Amino acid sequence: MELLFEKSRKGRRCDLLPPLDVPPAHLMAGMEREIPLDLPELSEVDLTRHYSALERRAHGVNNGFYPLGSCTMKYNPRINEELAALPGFTGVHPTQSADTAQGCLEVLYLAEELLCEITGMDAMTFQPAAGAHGEFTALLMVKKYHLDRGDTARTKILVPDSAHGTNPASAAMCGFTVVNVPSNPEGGVDLAALRAAAGPDTAALMLTNPNTLGLFDPNILEITQIVHDAGGLCYYDGANLNAVMGVVRPGDMGFDLVHLNLHKTFSTPHGGGGPGSGPVGCKKFLKDFLPVFHVEEGADGLEFRDPAKSIGSVKGFYGNFTVVVKALSYILTLGAQGIPEAAKGAVLNANYLREQLRGTYDIAYGDGPCMHEFVLTLHDLKKQTGVSAMDVAKALIDHGIHPPTMYFPLIVEEALMFEPTETESRETLDEAAAVLRDIRAQADADPEALHAAPHHAPISRPDEVKAARHPVLRYTPPEDQA
Amino acid sequence: MGSYQPSTQAERQAMLEAIGCQSMDDLYAQVPPEMRLDHLDLPDGKSELEVRRVLEGIAAKNTVFPSVFRGAGAYKHYIPAIVKSVTGKETFLTAYTPYQAELSQGVLQSIFEYQTMICALTGMDASNASIYDGASAAAEAAAMCRDRKRSTVLLSAAAHPMVRRTVETYCFGNGMEVKTVPVKNGFTDAQALTDLLDDTVACFYLQQPNYFGRIESARELGEAAHAAGAKFIMGVNPIAMAVLKTPGECGADIAVGEGQPLGMPLSFGGPYLGFMAATAALTRKLPGRIVGETTDHDGRRAYVLTLQAREQHIRREKASSNVCSNQALCAMTAAVYLAAMGPDGLRQAAESCMAHARYAAQKVCDVPGFDMVYPGPYFHEFVTTCPCKPEKLLAGLAKRGILGPLPLEDGNLLWCATEMNTRDEIDALEQAIREVV
Amino acid sequence: MNTPDHLRYTKSHEWVLFADDGTAKVGLTDHAQDALGDLVFVNLPQVGDALTCGEALGDVESVKAVSDVYSPVTGTVKAVNEDLLDTPEAINADPYGAWLVEVEDITDQEELLDAAAYEAHCAQED
Repeated sequence: MELLFEKSRKGRRCDLLPPLDVPPAHLMAGMEREIPLDLPELSEVDLTRHYSALERRAHGVNNGFYPLGSCTMKYNPRINEELAALPGFTGVHPTQSADTAQGCLEVLYLAEELLCEITGMDAMTFQPAAGAHGEFTALLMVKKYHLDRGDTARTKILVPDSAHGTNPASAAMCGFTVVNVPSNPEGGVDLAALRAAAGPDTAALMLTNPNTLGLFDPNILEITQIVHDAGGLCYYDGANLNAVMGVVRPGDMGFDLVHLNLHKTFSTPHGGGGPGSGPVGCKKFLKDFLPVFHVEEGADGLEFRDPAKSIGSVKGFYGNFTVVVKALSYILTLGAQGIPEAAKGAVLNANYLREQLRGTYDIAYGDGPCMHEFVLTLHDLKKQTGVSAMDVAKALIDHGIHPPTMYFPLIVEEALMFEPTETESRETLDEAAAVLRDIRAQADADPEALHAAPHHAPISRPDEVKAARHPVLRYTPPEDQA
Repeated sequence: MGSYQPSTQAERQAMLEAIGCQSMDDLYAQVPPEMRLDHLDLPDGKSELEVRRVLEGIAAKNTVFPSVFRGAGAYKHYIPAIVKSVTGKETFLTAYTPYQAELSQGVLQSIFEYQTMICALTGMDASNASIYDGASAAAEAAAMCRDRKRSTVLLSAAAHPMVRRTVETYCFGNGMEVKTVPVKNGFTDAQALTDLLDDTVACFYLQQPNYFGRIESARELGEAAHAAGAKFIMGVNPIAMAVLKTPGECGADIAVGEGQPLGMPLSFGGPYLGFMAATAALTRKLPGRIVGETTDHDGRRAYVLTLQAREQHIRREKASSNVCSNQALCAMTAAVYLAAMGPDGLRQAAESCMAHARYAAQKVCDVPGFDMVYPGPYFHEFVTTCPCKPEKLLAGLAKRGILGPLPLEDGNLLWCATEMNTRDEIDALEQAIREVV
Repeated sequence: MNTPDHLRYTKSHEWVLFADDGTAKVGLTDHAQDALGDLVFVNLPQVGDALTCGEALGDVESVKAVSDVYSPVTGTVKAVNEDLLDTPEAINADPYGAWLVEVEDITDQEELLDAAAYEAHCAQED
């Protein structure tokens, strides 16, 4: 398909702005741009057709089943979009005085109150723009907390080997050294290894529970106790909160800080990779370390205050505000009953799909019930038939199903991680299971066809080696190419 | 009231039985019973209509000013109708990060087009797929410049205070030292910069136009940084790029900026867009997602997320950044905006900003007691004195539906005008100021 | 698997070629490049950097993985093979021609294997 630049025709345009109603102003010589401004020149109809064609070459939750593990691709309610787009929200300048922005402050205040109840925390910031940004924010708070106590020896962050890659990367960005903690045979944290690793140099433990294998760690209270006994803090990566919201709270598991992904658990859309929102909640004793602009009640209504020992600012202003509006709309809709009901539905759907696949595929750590997601291991299938996790994932595309997360967590070979979410019906799960059984049969009958899948997508498998060896990261007109 | 689950109670019961469970609680066997919640202390769920009423009521508590003469990092520009219509498309809205290239060509191509346009705008070689906002982009850029021998960041005090604060916060994390280059007469002090530059300096960050709206001698300041072996980072206003010398022309190694003016509403500070582009030499140090062109198995042109071995999901603790989700839909917003405006439209917007700011400055300074603090050219922001308490002026203007200038720490006022402010509106502003002071 | 006799090898799959002037060139073995798959980029140290045997001197990237390259010797980087920055595929095509770094002022070295011992080591690992 042609690029915008290839569709561009000199002199074409959309007429958007009026002629000047005031005298023109000019820059001084030497300040002006001298290189040409190579933006495409298109009419509005060119543009609308272009993006409609691009839309047909993409796949969203609206198009079909999207069981991408660890990403919680649940339905994104349309009411949230409408409310976030209210001019009463989108038209507010971020530096308006508090008395003219009480509605925006109320959104943040109310969202904080509700999400603190859901997580068992005492205070929250909405400044982080994404989950990884939230991890970074929380670890800066950990760092400042220990320094504030005069404890300079706490330089290490404990991270289980099943963790998301963002955990160790966030720790490194805060200047911490990462200590990997191995998993036990049941897929949980190896307690002996944790005890050996925790000590006077432990700043914090980062843990996802349920973890990336989709398993709730039954030793969670002991885990957080071990870290606390060593003087470290416990940080909850909320990527998988969808499994347990309203059922059990990170605060009651012994965690001191938590980040949430509003774009996973609280139904705000992913937008092809953002904007998300990664609020960070903490217990009372850490509240003073939150980023600036915490909403509090003042004499004349709500206002921003900077916490006394704030880490500072992890971005401009107050976060991805309208994303918080969407999440608030969702929480108000579900309420006290709906929140746990959604969690239970997510867990039920995952267990149901997993049972439909048992016997057809090997389930990693598949003895007990799973939480909201589960991991298949195609190690033996690959050995027997040559068909890999990648082949099965790509074959799903031909059936209109978005592939699951592949090759993660790293501790499972040939991993496929499925997270159906609660917003899928039984028919969708049955259909997906049937497709996966067909693919399994095809692995014996015609493995070659699977190696070449997908066959009905806009492209076949791309040459990623070529892309990485000789990166082409922008369009260059043919006449300018070397 | 509901939870957006399609399955009925009966269906759920049947599914439970199919997996050999009696009740939902069986599914949580691994959760120690003493930890389980009885109930959440939240309000009961609401119907769609009720939720709409609640949030419309909250939104109504805000004041939306019809007339805005304030920027300071968030700018009111015209948003073409096509921008909202394209970015509201369900598939773009609800897709995840395009890991699966075969199913995501539309999203990938749109990012590739965005990257190309950011390069065109800034005069740089390579752009990433976006970062959270202008401030975090500046902080990520500073981190890119660190090497074993150089770990000091020089920050212009004429940069936006929030950008400076964000860079300082990131540096508290990664251990880089931040030094501030002071301001002299509303410009970054060139002599002070030269004095601060030594062989520990990794980079110098300059904002163009700067916080006070002034146009810095960027090329000269950048040359000073380069002469000392430091990298040169420019934070730029994207609309101004249509008329101002680009970071590429000024010799910058990295260009970043707040992309909000490119089609994003004010929205109380977000979601906005951090754009980020670099020279070819620094391409592999860019954080976050990057889309590249390749071919598929059948030789057709295709797009993929590339250079992934830089990123956290592969490099883990050795990655230089943890960025995962970015601001993809905002990047698409910027791309549609730039494509709709085209080169002529963007230049028209930039020239309209300059002309209206100039006209507004004249009108404001026609009122006794309001004087330009700095001489010389500016883009769309300028600083004046204020003959009264700024709060009094702002309250008076607010009553007349005008969001007035941002008061600075020194009691002066930071004004902004864009193509959204008509001549009549600016004349009315002058009248309003006369009535208030 | 190609394992030339005139080279020495580490258990972490680097090869070393000592020259008469006391310098050494270091690269990745055929076994290593085969296991890593198509390489897309190499991160090399700078000339003048101090290397310590057993510690990473740089890394090599495939599309979905990154692997450290360990220095078999302690010394100073005399030269790096900058051609590899543009053509990392040379390591796949000609692993024993595509040296990564040349080291001088060598003061220490890993326990190195000869070709036969290295082949045995690889067989044991597989």
